[in-house]
Amino acid sequence: MARENLEFGDGVLLQHCALQTEDDLVLARAAIKLHSTDLGFSKLNQTKIVTAASELGRNVLEHGLGGHLKIDAIDQFGRKGLRLIFEDNGPGILDMELALTDGYTSKKGLGLGLTGSKRLMDEFSIESQPGEGTTVMVIKWT
Amino acid sequence: MVERIPILKIGETLLVTIQVDFHDRVALALQEDLTDKIVTHSSKGVLIDISSLEMVDSFMGRVLGNIAKTSRLLDCHTVLVGMQPAIAITMTELGISLQGISTALTAEDGMELLKALMSKKQKRVSHGRQIARK
Repeated sequence: MARENLEFGDGVLLQHCALQTEDDLVLARAAIKLHSTDLGFSKLNQTKIVTAASELGRNVLEHGLGGHLKIDAIDQFGRKGLRLIFEDNGPGILDMELALTDGYTSKKGLGLGLTGSKRLMDEFSIESQPGEGTTVMVIKWT
Repeated sequence: MVERIPILKIGETLLVTIQVDFHDRVALALQEDLTDKIVTHSSKGVLIDISSLEMVDSFMGRVLGNIAKTSRLLDCHTVLVGMQPAIAITMTELGISLQGISTALTAEDGMELLKALMSKKQKRVSHGRQIARK
């Protein structure tokens, strides 16, 4: 399974976060907040990034049975961005079309996790192999 | 890591100030604690201050919505105050509407709104009594 989205090139790794418990999710949100501030994102974009990350991180915990998050800074022809890659080794997504439908939820929440975070970020890609896990990549440009 | 959010009782209202980011269990505990306190103190209003909160995701939105719905069933009004503009925009884009929850910009305005909501109800009750007497 291709685990790296190389479309936007290699980034500079800022932080690697484990996502195994709810506490990890709180720490990951704090880390993302810190890095997005460092990269000079506006208050609004910081809020959007942290909120999207919270949705995606919760997916990793609840559906992916835990995983990890890679935070990196990317630079594409002088355009700077923050890239988040969420990986889990859970059961994967069987019906991608359904998972990407607004309002569809399998557990708690409002069913806005994937579609909502897609709206909040600039780039969004998802790869999933049933039985192998799911990788979600999102980018916000500064 | 924060394990519980304090709930202050001021007269007929309960005051909750959310100061830091917390994990999901704490949000669910808050919902339970608030419901208990509303019943114990026969509270008529809950003021939730989220001015220090950095984000409201769909889970947090659901919890806030549930708190408002539950308290309404227990004859109590909820007012959410201090939402940062960035959070309002993000929530709207994410798709959270928080229907049925009253909001005010500041804690002061929130208390006024609660008072108004509570007195409206008292008027209704006294009006009902007059009808019953007739």
